[in-house]
Amino acid sequence: MKISRRQLLILLPAAAVAWKHVLAGTPEDSPNYKMSDHWWGMLIDIPKCIGCGNCVRACQTENDVPDGFFRTWVERYHRSDYHLETPEVISPDGGKEGFPSVKEGEEGKFFFVPKMCNHCTDSPCTQVCPVGATFVTPDGVVLIDPKYCLGCAYCVQACPYGCRYIHPTKKVADKCTLCYHRITKGLTTACCEACPTGARQLVDLKNPNDPIHEFLKTHTVQILKPQMATGAKAFYNGLDGSVR
Amino acid sequence: MSGVEGYMYPNEVTLYWSVLIVLYPYITGLVAGAFILASLVRVFRVQAVAPTYRLALLTALSFLLVAPLPLQFHLGHPERSPEMYFTPHSTSAMAMFGYVYLWYLMAVLVFEIWLDYRREIVLLSQRSKGLLRVIYKIMTLGSNNISPHAQHIDEKVGWIVTLVGIPSAFLLHGYVGFIFGSIKANPWWSSPLMPVVFIFSAMVSGIAAVMLIYMATTKMRKQTIDIRCVDTIAMYMFYIFVIDFSLEMLDLVHRIYEADESFRSLNFMVHTKLFFSQIVLQICLGTLLPLVLLFLTQITKFTEIVRKRIYVFCSSMILIGVFAMRWNVVIGGQLFSKSFLGYTTYKVDLVTKEGLLVAIGLEILPLLFLWALIKLLPPWPEQAKHETALGH
Amino acid sequence: MNQKCLRSQHRSQDNFGRRVKGRLLMGGLKDAGHLFRFLGLFVIAFLVFWVIRGYVVPKSFGEYGHYRGAAIGEIAAHPVKFAGHQACEQCHTDIADTKTKGAHAHVNCEACHGAIFQRLPAAAAPPANLYQRLLAFAGLQMPADPPLVSHADDPMSVKPVKPDSAVLCARCHTASAAKPKGFPQVDPAEHSSGVPCATCHNPHSPVIGSDSGTTTKAGGAK
Repeated sequence: MKISRRQLLILLPAAAVAWKHVLAGTPEDSPNYKMSDHWWGMLIDIPKCIGCGNCVRACQTENDVPDGFFRTWVERYHRSDYHLETPEVISPDGGKEGFPSVKEGEEGKFFFVPKMCNHCTDSPCTQVCPVGATFVTPDGVVLIDPKYCLGCAYCVQACPYGCRYIHPTKKVADKCTLCYHRITKGLTTACCEACPTGARQLVDLKNPNDPIHEFLKTHTVQILKPQMATGAKAFYNGLDGSVR
Repeated sequence: MSGVEGYMYPNEVTLYWSVLIVLYPYITGLVAGAFILASLVRVFRVQAVAPTYRLALLTALSFLLVAPLPLQFHLGHPERSPEMYFTPHSTSAMAMFGYVYLWYLMAVLVFEIWLDYRREIVLLSQRSKGLLRVIYKIMTLGSNNISPHAQHIDEKVGWIVTLVGIPSAFLLHGYVGFIFGSIKANPWWSSPLMPVVFIFSAMVSGIAAVMLIYMATTKMRKQTIDIRCVDTIAMYMFYIFVIDFSLEMLDLVHRIYEADESFRSLNFMVHTKLFFSQIVLQICLGTLLPLVLLFLTQITKFTEIVRKRIYVFCSSMILIGVFAMRWNVVIGGQLFSKSFLGYTTYKVDLVTKEGLLVAIGLEILPLLFLWALIKLLPPWPEQAKHETALGH
Repeated sequence: MNQKCLRSQHRSQDNFGRRVKGRLLMGGLKDAGHLFRFLGLFVIAFLVFWVIRGYVVPKSFGEYGHYRGAAIGEIAAHPVKFAGHQACEQCHTDIADTKTKGAHAHVNCEACHGAIFQRLPAAAAPPANLYQRLLAFAGLQMPADPPLVSHADDPMSVKPVKPDSAVLCARCHTASAAKPKGFPQVDPAEHSSGVPCATCHNPHSPVIGSDSGTTTKAGGAK
């Protein structure tokens, strides 16, 4: 795109002003990022996931996730034709180094399911926090304030999806932040950046140009544990009924 | 992953609520139960159990003073716990803890004990020497008025405090039940019956604890145990236990009958991981055995010695059984996966901040506090009469 | 007075409140002085609490909801490690050209090469004093992280990983019945008998013959 010198002179200062706010830790003040303009979610396309574990590794790198705990992980399901309600599930080290191969001709269906925080609109975890250390931002991301959290682990117990944990050294609750520090700067999340097949895609429901709107019209989409009425915003395309 | 059978979500493998979180509802349960026993005297005028009135209050206070400690040891940042006072989150049951605890400590227990003991406090402040004198003087709050009218006022106000104290005790312990009962993510916990079961088992355990402490301290002082007193306590304990048992059975039968999606996983867990703590300790030894024995004491006239032995045995079994119940709720709720596809194991540490040694220490500490309180504010009637003779 | 005390116990509960008030007023509030002292304790405690609260509660608390509003900004200010493929393509234009025409067009650079920002091992920090070591032991002091350096800023000292193709390619492309059917996958032993993938396949445009510039269909396991 050709930018005229005049346009550049106008654009650069605006960008500089925004960056200043981002660096100062108040991106909500930056003229380029307004929280009320966004409503974040994630689209996970099950038929595209190959279980490579790139997302798990990238998240760990980007967010300094401690070993043994996971902000995102991948599960491999084996749904037998005879036991639809009790699949066999494995997630070796969260799927970080991929999965062992499955030989052709095995009975039943195998598939991968990436899991993460669902950034619920009616999140049970923020409901139970005794002090207000975890909350839903005005742009729909569930975050934890590590300077305020007591480490009581009530939120960890309240999450139906098992996406929270207590950080072993910081002793506060921790979980996926939807790479808030990236999405507010116009980048995508680390897991989406690393996914080679496009199985994970960041979604901004308030953006009329976001492809999610077309996708939702043309595909069958589910959320995990709908009976919990959490208002989850991690949308799964092609989610099998056996997925827990 | 070690200790995992089947599939657990990766973050679920470690248990986050340890034995200290088992201890906390156990301790507040003892507080609530001991207070209910005291209220039997004060509000419901069951004079037979009057010998245990002051002892019950002091027991409640000893345990209440220790109650926040398991939580403080558990928190990742205990230095931030005042946040619960400054910015409590109104949608969180846990946020109530700070205020309910403070209310119950100061406006109920300490207030009631102070009102009941005020005469002795004033007299002791005049007769003691040294540090004790200073302590008693502070406890009088500078007022030496123990005129009959002042004491009359104390009694009336104390009655109101006890009356208010009963729902306060239910709130102090019931909210813990609600903390578990309101978690929709966990089907082992999520139940409207949870706070009610907690309260009734708390009452049974608190009454059993006071009975044991009464019998033990009376024996240590080489006095005779008031058999009418322990008979009456045992009777109330039995009736409340019947209600508790019915509620727990209702929960169990309801679960088995409805057999929702969590049932298969939970059922397996109860029969394997929780077999000893639930079937053996909680149900058989902790509930059925004492229920049957107490029932027998209600319908058969055993000799005093036999009755006392049965009461001691049953109270001990009840205390173990109610602890097992708290264990089964707290630990059991974390042993199975929310995917209903697997189980993990709880390895109790020994010497860590949330380990077994700390738990045992926190169980013993209230007894030490009780010993100190008994020394400071003697609950024994003959000593009180002695004070009266001297003071007046 | 004792007679009246006894009788009052037999009155109904409705009269009780009035009786107590009556007694208090009749006997004079001076006999209830100790109660007011006890109440005074509460009042003082409440005032102290209120003053402390004014100082201790963070100023931004409640700005957007029941939480510390400044936390949003603090989290958003976390350092970024993956810069995104546009950052790499600014300098590595030749690779970018090869990639856009091939089957790995949508595989981002950092997905294989790791993050563009890396933490270099910190220079020897001065030894922590006793207080700092106590804080660390108590878990109250979060250890400081070494600074992040970008390959874009210092290409010589910070180099992204050149992955071992035998490991990296195998993670995605080892055949498994669990993977989607249309996805290119092979059994590495049968396919190449241990020869590293990069020997025949250009990782940036892996379909053989495609990196000469001619477009080929995506997919197709061999």
